[in-house]
This record gives sequence, C-alpha cells and structure tokens, in this order.
Amino acid sequence: MWRRVYALMIKEFLALLKDRRSRVVVIVPPLVQLLVFGYAATFDLNRVPFAVYNEDPGLASRDLVARFTGAAAFHLVAAPSSDAEVAPLVDSQRALMVLHIGPQFSRELAAGRPGAVQVIVDGRNSNTAAILLGYVSTIAADFNADWLSRSGAAPPAQLEVRAWFNPNLESRWFLVPGILGLLTLLVALLVTALSVAREREQGTFDQLLVTPYRPVEVLLGKTLPGLLIGLGEATAIVLLATLWFQVPLRGDLVTLYAGLFLFLFSALSVGLMISSVAVTQQQGLLGAFLFMVPSVMLSGFATPIANMPVWMQHVTLINPMRYFLVIIRGVFLQGAPFGVLASQFWPMAVIGLVNMTVAGFLFRRRLY
Amino acid sequence: MSPDAAAQVVLELRGVRKQFTSGGRTLTALRGVSLGVGRGRVTGLIGPDGAGKTTLMRLSVGLLVPDEGQITALGHDTARDPLAVQSSVGYMPQRFGLYEDLTVQENLDLYSDLQGVAAADRAGRYGELMHMTGLARFTGRLAGRLSGGMKQKLGLACTLVRPPQLLLLDEPTVGVDPVSRRELWQIVYRLVREHAMTVLLSTAYLDEAERCDDIVLLHEGEILGKGRPGEFREPLRGRTFSARAPAIGKRAFQKALSAVPGVLDAVIQADRVRVVAREGATDIPGQIARAFAGSTAEAVEPRLEDAFVALLLGRGEARAGAGPLPARAAPAAGTPHRPAAFPGPVIEVRDVSRKFGDFYAVRRATFDVAQGEVFGLLGPNGAGKSTTFRMLCGLLPPSAGTLRVAGLDLRHAASAARARIGYMSQKFSLYGNLSVLENLRFFSSAYDLFGRRQDGRIAWALGEFGLAEYVSMTSQDLSLGHKQRLAMACALMHEPDILFLDEPTSGVDPIARREFWSRINALAEGGVTILVTTHFMEEAEYCDRLAIMADGEVLTIGDPASIKRGQRSEAMPEPSMEDAFIGLIERRARGAEAA
Amino acid sequence: MNAGSGMRLRGLLRKELYQVLRDPSSVAIAFLLPVFLLLIFGYGISLDAEHVPVAVVIEQPDADTASLAGRFSGTSYFAPVFMGDMVRAEAALRDRSVNAIVHLQQDFSKRLRRPDGAPIQLIVNGTDANTARLVIGYVQGVWQKWIEELGDESGVSAAVPVSIEQRVWFNSELRSRNYLVPGLIAIIMTLIGALLTALVMAREWERGTMEALLVTPVTMGEVLVGKLVPYFLLGLGSMALSVAMGLWLFRVPFLGSVWVLSCVSALYLLAALGMGLLISTLARNQFVAGMVAIVATFLPAFLLSGFIFDIGSMPAVVQAITRVLPARYFVSSLQTLFLAGNVWSVILPNAAALAVFAILFLGASRRMLRKRLD
Repeated sequence: MWRRVYALMIKEFLALLKDRRSRVVVIVPPLVQLLVFGYAATFDLNRVPFAVYNEDPGLASRDLVARFTGAAAFHLVAAPSSDAEVAPLVDSQRALMVLHIGPQFSRELAAGRPGAVQVIVDGRNSNTAAILLGYVSTIAADFNADWLSRSGAAPPAQLEVRAWFNPNLESRWFLVPGILGLLTLLVALLVTALSVAREREQGTFDQLLVTPYRPVEVLLGKTLPGLLIGLGEATAIVLLATLWFQVPLRGDLVTLYAGLFLFLFSALSVGLMISSVAVTQQQGLLGAFLFMVPSVMLSGFATPIANMPVWMQHVTLINPMRYFLVIIRGVFLQGAPFGVLASQFWPMAVIGLVNMTVAGFLFRRRLY
Repeated sequence: MSPDAAAQVVLELRGVRKQFTSGGRTLTALRGVSLGVGRGRVTGLIGPDGAGKTTLMRLSVGLLVPDEGQITALGHDTARDPLAVQSSVGYMPQRFGLYEDLTVQENLDLYSDLQGVAAADRAGRYGELMHMTGLARFTGRLAGRLSGGMKQKLGLACTLVRPPQLLLLDEPTVGVDPVSRRELWQIVYRLVREHAMTVLLSTAYLDEAERCDDIVLLHEGEILGKGRPGEFREPLRGRTFSARAPAIGKRAFQKALSAVPGVLDAVIQADRVRVVAREGATDIPGQIARAFAGSTAEAVEPRLEDAFVALLLGRGEARAGAGPLPARAAPAAGTPHRPAAFPGPVIEVRDVSRKFGDFYAVRRATFDVAQGEVFGLLGPNGAGKSTTFRMLCGLLPPSAGTLRVAGLDLRHAASAARARIGYMSQKFSLYGNLSVLENLRFFSSAYDLFGRRQDGRIAWALGEFGLAEYVSMTSQDLSLGHKQRLAMACALMHEPDILFLDEPTSGVDPIARREFWSRINALAEGGVTILVTTHFMEEAEYCDRLAIMADGEVLTIGDPASIKRGQRSEAMPEPSMEDAFIGLIERRARGAEAA
Repeated sequence: MNAGSGMRLRGLLRKELYQVLRDPSSVAIAFLLPVFLLLIFGYGISLDAEHVPVAVVIEQPDADTASLAGRFSGTSYFAPVFMGDMVRAEAALRDRSVNAIVHLQQDFSKRLRRPDGAPIQLIVNGTDANTARLVIGYVQGVWQKWIEELGDESGVSAAVPVSIEQRVWFNSELRSRNYLVPGLIAIIMTLIGALLTALVMAREWERGTMEALLVTPVTMGEVLVGKLVPYFLLGLGSMALSVAMGLWLFRVPFLGSVWVLSCVSALYLLAALGMGLLISTLARNQFVAGMVAIVATFLPAFLLSGFIFDIGSMPAVVQAITRVLPARYFVSSLQTLFLAGNVWSVILPNAAALAVFAILFLGASRRMLRKRLD
C-alpha cells in the first residue's frame, strides 16, 4: 500500500510542479506577499505630513517645533499664517496634523504657567490619528522634562514604560510571523483544494478510480504533497523572516514545527473537504477564497481577536489559524516553551481530525 | 481566372498557410492549401481531428488571418474586410454558440437582432425555419434542455435567420443521432435547391462524405485529394471484395488476409471481411479461395473509406519506402496473456436503470458479455452508453438493477478486483504534463507493479506501441494517434482480464483506427473480454455482438449480421448498420404511438 | 449609431438581462458576497481596543493606590485584574492572559510625593505592537489625569509646561469602524466589479458562444457595451446595498452628498468592470480569469489602498505602486465622503484619476477585443 501511495505522491508532485500555472500559484503569491507585507504592511508611521501654525515669536515655541521637524515620524509640509488656512490643509489631506501654537505661548511658559498648544488631527483614519497623538504626547513630555530641569523645577511623578518582547514596538515583528500562518494556509489550500477538481476536469480522476487505489490511499497521496510543500515553504519564510527582516526567533524550533505540523494538518483537511465537494477548479478556487478570507480576518492576524464583538470571538474558536498565530508569535517573540502554548495545540488537532473524517466521508461518497 | 469562372467560385483559398504557437511549440495547421468552392454545390471537407478543418473554416469567415496566401469569400478578402464577409456568410461553429439559458425563441430573437433582420420579416422567417427544423413545438424551451440533434438544428436555424449566400458548417453532425443526422442533411439539400445556397461542411464521418457533391480530403494540413465522390472511388473499382470463411473465426481470417501479399487493407464487416487489393494485384478472389478452404470472395462496390485508406497508405509507403505499414506492423499484443477461464458471463447487466433527477439516462438495460467476446455499445451521444459504461466500472451507482463484472459489483469490490480490469476513457485522460515514461511508471505502480516486473512491462509498452522515441516527451504534446497508443499502453500495463474502452477511436484517422482494432482483436483472441462503446457505425461491425442504445434504452442486442438482417425489407434488401439503426428507432417511435 | 447598431445592442442587452435573471451566480456575487464580506470584515476588523485585560499589581495597598485602581476599573478601556505580586502578573503577561501590567511599587504613596519619583511602572506585551501602543496611550491618559487631579487636591507637583489640547476632526471618538467600513466598501466593490465581468466574458469564450457572436455583423464595441451596461447596473445595486449596510448596520456617519457618492462610485465601477473585462479578454478561461481577478484586485486593494495601512509611511517604491491602483483613489474618496463631506480638493483629483483608469481599462479591452480568434 505504501509503495502505491508513494507513487501517487510522486505523480502529484510532478503534476503540480511541471504545470506552469500551478507552479506560479504555489511560488509567486507567497513571495510577493512576504515582500509586500514585510514592507508595506506596517502600523508604524513615517514622515507624516504636518503643518505648524505658529503665532508665537518666542524661543520656546521654536524649540518645540524643532522637536517635531527633527523627528523621523514627521514631515513639515506647510506653515499657515492664519486660521482660515488651516481647514483647507486638513480637508484636502495635505497635512494629517496641524500644530497650533498661540501668541502667548513663550510668555506663559516663562511665567511658569502652562502654555497651550492645540493639535488638530485628521481622524479619517482613526488608527493613524491615535498613533499620531501618542507620538505628540511623547514629544511634549520630553519637552516638558527638559524645560523643567532647565528651570530647576521638580518634574511630576513619571510613568515608567517598558515593552517586553518588542522593546521598540515594531509592528513588523508582529506582522511578519503572522505571514507565516497566512502563507502556509494559502499554499495548503491551493495545493489540495484544486487537486481533485483538476483531475476531474482533465478526466483523469475516473482513470484513477478504476485502479486498485482505495479512497484512503488517494486521500493520503493528495495530502502528503501539500504537507511537504507547506513545510518547505514555511521553512523558507522562517529563514527570510529571521535573516532578512531580522525578526528575533527566541523559542525552540521543535515547538514551532509541532505547531506548524498541526496547523498544516487542519488546513489540509479543509482543503480536502473543499476538494471533495468542488467539481470544477473554479468552484475549488471560490471555496478556498471563501474559507481563506474569514479565517485570516478572524485569526488576529492584523487586528486582535479581543477587539471583536463577543459572539464573533466565539466564532473564531473554530478557526485553526487563530491558534497557530499565538504559537508562532509566542515562539518567535516570547520564546515561549511548549508548556505555555499547550492549550493552543489540541484545538488544531481536534479541528484537523474532525475535518479529515468529514473529508474522508465526503470523498468516499463522491467516489462511489 | 476568367470572369465567368470567378462567378462560379464563391469561396477561394490560394496557398493558405497557418501556424499556431502555444507555449513555445509551433503547430502548423494548414500547409499551403488551395481550393475553390463552387456556387450552389455542397462541398465536404473530410479529415480526422487535427487535419485543419476547423482552422480552414475559421480562416474563411475572417476569424483568423492566414500567415500566407489569400482567401476570397463572395468577392471579399477575408483578412482585409472581415465584416463584409461576416455580414453575407452564415457560419455554424462546431460547438454552436447557443445560449443554453435562453429559450429557443430568445436565441432566434438574439441572432435576428444581431443579423439585422427587420421586425416585419421575422414572423414569416421564423415560421419557415421552425417548420423546416421541426422545432415549432419547442419555442418556449430552454436551449440547454434540447437533445443534441435539436440543438444542432436550432443552431442551424439561428445561422439562417438572414439567408446567407454561403453557408459554412463545422462538423454539424458530431454527437447527433442518425435520424437527426438524416434530417440535417435533408435541410442542407433543401437550402441548396430552394435558395441556391452554397454549402461547405466539414465532417470526420466518411460515410457522410458520400452525400456531398464535391469532396476535399484534408490530412495533416494538406489536401490529399479533391473531386466528386465517384472520382475517388473510381480507381478502386475492381479492387474491393467481400470475403467469407465460415470455418475460421472472422478475426483470425482478417489477420490472415492482411498477410496476403496482394492485400492492401482487410477489415471485418459483420461476419465477413472486406478486402482492398493493391494496385496491380490480380485475381484476389482466386488467391483467397485457394488459400483458405471453404472461403468465398465476391467483388463489391468501393467505398470512400477504401479510397481514403488507399490514399493514406500509399503516402505512407511512399514516405517510408517499402517499410512495413502501421496497419500491418501492429503485432499481436505481446506475450499473450491468457486469463483463467471464467464460468458464465463475465459481464452481467440486469434491469439496470440510472436516473438523474427525473431524467432516465439508462432505463432497464439488460445484457451479458461472455469471456473473450468483443461487445459493442452503439448509439449517439446521450443514448446512455457512457452512463452504462461508468456504472460497470463502478464509477456511478445504478438507481436500480444489478451489475456484475467477473461476478463482483465493482462499487463494493476490494481493490484487488479492480486490478483485473483495464480502462481507457473517451477523451485522452492521462496526466498531460507528465512525460510518457512518468505516465507509464505511475499507472504500473498503481497496479502494484514494482521493480523488475515494472521495468519489464514499461520496456514492453515502449516497444510494443512504438513509443520508445517519445519517452521523455510531455504526453499532451503527443499527436492524437500517439496519445491513444499511450492511453492503451497504460490500460494494459497490468495485463487485465477485462478491458473497458469508451469511444477509444473518436477523432482518430482510419489508419490509426485499424491499428487499434488489430490490437483489440489480438487481445480478444487471447481470451480478454472487451466492452467498447462507439458511435462509428462501421466499428460496430468489428464486434462479436452489440447492443444498440437510444434515449437510455437498449433497442436490440445481437451480432452485427443478424441485426442488419432483422431490418431487411423490400425497400432495403441490404441495409447498412445505419439503416438498421434508423429502422429500429422508427419502429420504436411507431410502437410508442400505437401504445 | 445607426439603426442596425441600435437593434444589435438591444438584442445583446436583452440576452444579458435574461442570463442574469436565470443564472443566480452573478446575482449572488453582486448581493451575497458583499453582505458576507462586510459582515466578516465589519465585525472582524477593529482597531479599537476595549476591555483590555490589564494586571494591576498593588504591593502596598493604601488610599492612593485604591484611588488610582478605581480609575482603571472605571473606564471601559480596561478590564483590570488585581494581583498582589509580580510573579503571578509576569506569568499572566507571558501567557497573554493580560496585555499589560500596571505595577504600583512598594512605597507608591511616599515616592509619589518626591520630586524624582517613579513609583509606577507599566510593562506591556509588545508582541502586538499596535495594541501595545494603544494600551500605553490609554494608561498614560489615566495616569496623567489622575495625577493632575491629585495635584489640585494635595499640591503634589503636577504642573505641566506644555499642555496639549487634542482636536480630532471628522471622527472625534476615533472609532476605527468609521474609517474601516468605507474602505471595506471600496475593496468589496473592487472585487465584485472585476469578478462580475471577468467571469461572464470568459464564459462566452469557454462555451463557444463568442465564436458565434463574432461571425455576426456585431462590432466589438457593441459587445463591450452590451456586457458593461447590465453589470454596471448590478454593481450599482451592490454598492447601494453595501452603503446601506454601512449606514444602518455599522452606524457610520455620512456627511457627503449622495449625488457625489453616486458619481464617484459610477466612475469607480467603470474602472473595476473595465479591469474585469480586460482580464477576461486576455484569459478567455473562467478559472484563470477568476484567479487573476482575485489576486490582482483583492490583495492589492486590501494592502496598498490605504484602507488600513497608511500609504504615506510605506517605502517610496511601494508608494509609487499604490498610485497605479484605482482602489487607492476610491478608498480616499469614500473615507472623505463619509467622514468629512464633499471636500472638493480631495474628491476632484480622485475622481479624475478614476476616470483615467476607467478610460484606460475600457480602452485597452476594446483594443484587445479584436474580432479574431488568434
């Protein structure tokens, strides 16, 4: 039996890798997405266009403005000189933020009274706005500390902030390991979901069914290539993530690969389920897409599961990717050992087993 | 060309070449074709799949532009002025573009709009077309729900909403039952007679070509010959015979006859063997009578197929010197594999029905196949052949009835039982992007052949089927004939006892078909049971017994000679297989009316 | 346009209408897909962290710590878990049962009143950098407010030289759904527009009906218009449904005018449908066309349109790529129309870009769609 399965597996590999179209599907999207995600997908802000409406002639205001223009996150695009000029700048999105310093600023400060600074932020993208406001208050706090120490006054009690695992809070460290999950899912689905449909379309499936292959052997022969390709591609992404994108890999590889194996198992089981139902490649593709989109969105890949409505959070419990993301991020950034992540492993195994059983059942029914 | 002659030629091709490139490969579809289609005549474009028929049709209506040469249709250059051609020519593509989710009437309306038929003219035109095609009762039906023959007639009606001067039909009779086929031909002749229309149609059926005024024989992009059907047959007059040797089995007789020096071609025809003599060979009947005791041979009228085969074989000989001909070179299928004797029928079908929704694809079919028999399922597309076939292979469960293959139901049988059957399906269904060797290796492994035995069988297949020089070629790049050989090799890797063949020869040229059948005959002689489906009437003659199917029902079962004999009448003393088929269908229709 | 052309166009349009009515798949793409995607995305994507689990470690409880702890319990941003020691808290941070630790140290009250005091420490789990940053902001806000009020009451030094007065325009509560939903609508329309036409055109090639159309006197311009009009109307219906869901299900404000929205959407639909037509003209196969439509529209629209990730912060090369994506201009237009109103300085350049894309894609399809088979 194993020799037959091996022969089928070799055939699957050859058929997959010799076909230009499927070779492209398996290799190109992962690479492109890794690059795009690695570079384009970031919540960190960089050269945000801002304007300064400074009515104060004093030195203090110039010092404050210099702190903004000197920061890499900001990029000065305009210096309006009247109230009327402010609104068009923000409306037209030429400036995402306007810093408005009143005429009395330096004088108030010198007099030991708080100097008022108004910050107008474009809230159309509220996430950018919130991050922007965070940057602004950090700069203001620095300014305050320096000003107070120069004037000899006692600074107020400070909140000391430390970030574990990702001290500079780089969102790339968060997103790149997530891509490992995304791309593994994509490849596993594409390899399996279309494979039976492709054979049906080419008429080779009947030919396969009249051979002595048993359904379980066909199932195995279709799953193993997906498993091997998934493992290979995941390894490539792990290497790229650590060597190219410099994301720290602090945990042990055994935990990572154990998680990867279980995740692939559950993803392949879904792919086979789609495969056993889809008659054409078109349907297989649509099925893969309709499974892929929600499972990425509801996995905590880009936005945390905790932010979703409670009923939606319950829905995510059947999504294998949510568990895998916890595992890879835990292994990569936290160096979490197997024990800490144990609760993430068994749900994937259960999902995979249930789906495999259903896929096997559907497969048998479609076969006969 | 004189103006007078120019008026006579409606479509003219001069030195037309056309190449296609796909994926780095260049395929020459037409190599310097010149021909003229005369006004008011029915010209048949004859050739196997891949001969270039469709390319020629598409070039003629300006859908393709020739690489070289010039095409003039109704006085317009098709490359330079395609719109002018398209507004005066009627063209029905192979898969006619009916919108299956539109009704018959809606399809007609659409094509009338597109062809600019004035609203006032429509009612009269529709009435005429519907009467001619017999579709008047079905105007409200969705086109997708029509039978193959009715679809084809609707397609023709849509092409004719604005009567064209020149009508091009690309394989109009593929997948159409013999009755509808006859009706289609009647329509074509009526158009020529009443509207002085010029018709160019292509077909792979040689028996149809006999009905044309002129014939153009196309083979691998070249014209092998053109003329009236009689002109093709004439050189063969006196060289065609029908031989009979009741003492010897018909297959052994055919094999022996092929080896007689003066014989060019020998094919089984029911219980007889049809013989075509080589040019210059004398006294063939005498030779046969002397060589085979008790045999008789009489002269018969030559057929177009005889002429076609003679032309092709002549070319092959000219090319390959005096080397062996493919038809003859086909050896017996290797070391004869003798299946263990099986008591009782190898294939048993009892009251089997298959429903899809409320539609019966097969209704109460019953037949048996004995060991070593070549059993044919004959019928047009949609007759239920493929459904029956798939049920036998265990690919589809029956809705009612029982099926047994070697005493087992393949649906529930252990995988070892499936190892005893070989299967070759309708369209080429091997892994197209795998090489010849990879395909052979995979299918032999699938049947548990490993190691030395596997290598031995692969070597056998490569030698036996002449595939050795194509070992590393991607199988989708093979020619149709080689693909068919590879498919058969894959089906025979494990030396099956029972062989299922689903329309194995559709689209293959007559030479490859002969080669194929000589292998089948050899296998059957060795005791292998063979079930074959076909829609070629003449292939039915090669079978020991056959079941004729139409609309999901088995009309009759018997050996070819007795089926034909059963339809003998005063009007038809020597019915052909097609005549017999039509007779059976008409009788059933009368029976239905009476009931 | 002559009479023949009018008749042919009418025939094509009627045919397409029947097909749409009889084949549920295009209606499903136009109406079920947006509902499905909007529900998944609308509820699934949210950047507003609420009820963030935070461990509050109080080593020496007293009146001050109780007052500060009360602030954490009193806001919907946090779901505080009170703990007595750091060991448990750190374990909780590691296994992600809390996102942050607020650590009030041994002599909190004493050091609070000393000039150099840093009696309070915040440790966040930086794995999810964005959430971490939001949590830091929230905690800082709570702390700042508490210490200012404490200063007013007890004279603890809390004077701040610069006080920032925040004004967030257009979306003052910083509700992420308000900007995500308009962006989502843009992405969904990209997918649907391209998918609708990509599949129908490829279907004609696959079923062989295109060959029959080609040999009639119909011109390719007529075929194109015949395809465009029905799916354009279907797309507008789909757009209306999505906007209605945004307004009434997700409660996103809409400040612009419906008229401008319709015009911009119409332009965008033309561009998206044109892209689909172009894809299917080149692919001639439903499977390839569907695959390309998804890959070429969905992912770029999702990642590079400024829908969620800020375009201005991307590397220059990637920014240049975003300029050739129609979705980018539509996302920006929709966010502005919903949250800021008819801001012509944003709408007009975007509309112009969309018009250029529409002309480009439709023109290219027209050119590629020759009355030939090769």
